Amino acid sequence: MSEVEATRLREHPRSGEPLLRLRGIVKHFPITRGIIFQKKVGAVHAVDGVDLDIYPGETLGLVGETGCGKSTLARVAMRLHDSTDGTIVFEGKDITRMKGENLREVRRDMQMIFQDPYASLNPRKTVGTIVGAPLRLHKTVPKNQVKTEVQNLMELVGLNPEHYNRYPHEFSGGQRQRIGVARALALRPKLIVCDEPVSALDVSIQAQILNLLNDLQDEFNLTYLFIAHDLSVVKHISDRVAVMYLGKIAEAADGSQLYTEPKHPYTGALLSAVPIADPNLAKTKQRIILEGDVPSPINPPSGCRFHPRCYQRKSLDAESQERCRADEPELRPHAPGHVAACHFPLDARIIDALAETEPGSSR
Amino acid sequence: MPEPLLEVKDLRVQFPTEDGVVKAVDGLTFSVRAGETLGIVGESGSGKSVSFLTVMGLITKKSAIVEGEVLFQGQDLVQMDNDELREIRGPKIAMIFQDPMTSLHPFYKVGDQISEMILAHEDISKKEAFDRSVEMLKRVNIPQPEERAKQYPHEFSGGMRQRAMIAMALSLNPDLLIADEPTTALDVTVQAQILALIDQLQSEFNTAVALITHDLGVVAEHCDHIQVMYAGKIVEEGTADDIYYRPMMPYTWGLLRSLPRLGHDTARLTPIAGAPPSLIFLPDGCSFSPRCPYVFDECRAIEPELLPIDGHHAARCHLSLEDRERIMAQEILAPS
Repeated sequence: MSEVEATRLREHPRSGEPLLRLRGIVKHFPITRGIIFQKKVGAVHAVDGVDLDIYPGETLGLVGETGCGKSTLARVAMRLHDSTDGTIVFEGKDITRMKGENLREVRRDMQMIFQDPYASLNPRKTVGTIVGAPLRLHKTVPKNQVKTEVQNLMELVGLNPEHYNRYPHEFSGGQRQRIGVARALALRPKLIVCDEPVSALDVSIQAQILNLLNDLQDEFNLTYLFIAHDLSVVKHISDRVAVMYLGKIAEAADGSQLYTEPKHPYTGALLSAVPIADPNLAKTKQRIILEGDVPSPINPPSGCRFHPRCYQRKSLDAESQERCRADEPELRPHAPGHVAACHFPLDARIIDALAETEPGSSR
Repeated sequence: MPEPLLEVKDLRVQFPTEDGVVKAVDGLTFSVRAGETLGIVGESGSGKSVSFLTVMGLITKKSAIVEGEVLFQGQDLVQMDNDELREIRGPKIAMIFQDPMTSLHPFYKVGDQISEMILAHEDISKKEAFDRSVEMLKRVNIPQPEERAKQYPHEFSGGMRQRAMIAMALSLNPDLLIADEPTTALDVTVQAQILALIDQLQSEFNTAVALITHDLGVVAEHCDHIQVMYAGKIVEEGTADDIYYRPMMPYTWGLLRSLPRLGHDTARLTPIAGAPPSLIFLPDGCSFSPRCPYVFDECRAIEPELLPIDGHHAARCHLSLEDRERIMAQEILAPS
């Protein structure tokens, strides 16, 4: 793809065929009782009907709190978990129930970077072996060239190629994450799922890895599904952002629209909770402090899943409140590329109050 | 100006290891006044936790080489034995930790764990102690505190566990609360709840708080005085305004620039090059010099002093003040 074309796609991410299309993805983990005769007594509704498109060359940010199902969704998309329901289409091919050699071939095009660089690298293997493993498995380069290729990859991600024979413990956290990036890149995939790739790193190192991911995307026209709970990191790296709450997409929007004009009350609360590294703005910022915790995904609330914690709902009349409780809102478009699942989306007044806290204008 | 509650003077904590001596804290001097919130920011391995574990008497001369003084209300904690420390730990200084799952005992009911703390220090009946713990759980906004006190930690969510930890820490009404990354393991909405709670309780109990964190956003909002630590030393300290609007030390600049922020549309972050130094082989001169973009010969030879700039604002840097002000205005705070 030419550079011009890539830019066009980023500006109009909805044009063209999606690289990955998820439709009605449901993933329930059964809860069983009994030792020999296992009886299903319930299910954890980890992902409960998610539609998502990821277009070539874009970065889709997926945010949400612990237990909202964002990692499970990514794992289902990667076929690491089998979905309970729904279809996964990758490059026009339905891969939902694909098996064996065919699946292996598809997996060559989708790779993953994990959160914890200490746990995701085998401590008993050298860097060369770790980064070379995908090459050896998929036989994309002849055996005698694996070492050269691995060293190229190491150089590409900013590691010293001479450290080919070192073990993971000899590297710092940031360097280890670079090893993880090199491994994900080895097969020149089209899609890379980054599952909280910088959460375990210090700020100064975090910025190094974010810049590296950006550079690699430009160089290899990669598509990222970027999962994180840090909203400022997600905003920095993503072209489009989707917010998940209890197994469902609450809101999704292009670029910074989600941050300037949130429609879903949950998004508004998330944004207002982000600490701002700017003391004056922090003092004037309006905070929406949500009450309680995320409900259990074993028994998700009826209707809108956010209704028991929703601060907007309290200001509504009884009939509307009942609607939130009983009637599940669908994802409805609010602006081009902006969808939200809320019966009573945030109005301009609240958005203004949130927008005033945007630090951009002052300094 | 009131007497400082806690005064740490030239504290050094070193751990002898097979590979050499780890200089975790390297000459730390600071003080905390009653009711004040002190923020300590730094990356992993900067010595921020070790210094406060020493203040708590959890790192002692038995496990490390501890030099310097930790004066709490005039008494030196470093010289105290365990029995004397016990009189301080809990009633005077309390601590909450990063991971509320590992800091609560999984086998005991939450209420009993809080009671245990009260019973260890006060001569009251078990019933009274349990009632006090229920009362504390109520104060940290745990719904149905009577039932919750009889539950085990695994029945609590992450945010509630941290609330229970706070309840335990404040149950004896300490003068100083040390919060070591209290919200790092929590989601952002829960983090906002917990920080608001600490603020509220602080004003109720007039407790001084030392908030240790790596999150520059958290300290900006909650701290009166901020210390930036690097390789076991304070490299810059001052009010929140000093640190965010008039930073005077290249490491602080690096931290601020590598931070993606809402509202700032920077195409590229400016990370700090390289990685923090090994605490066994600290670089000569300024410990930040190998990563500093403005380094010159003097930095590699002589260690800079923590020199006052104005008021409480101080920084360690060999660059002249004029140079730093110019760099700060042109490169650091200039809108990109």
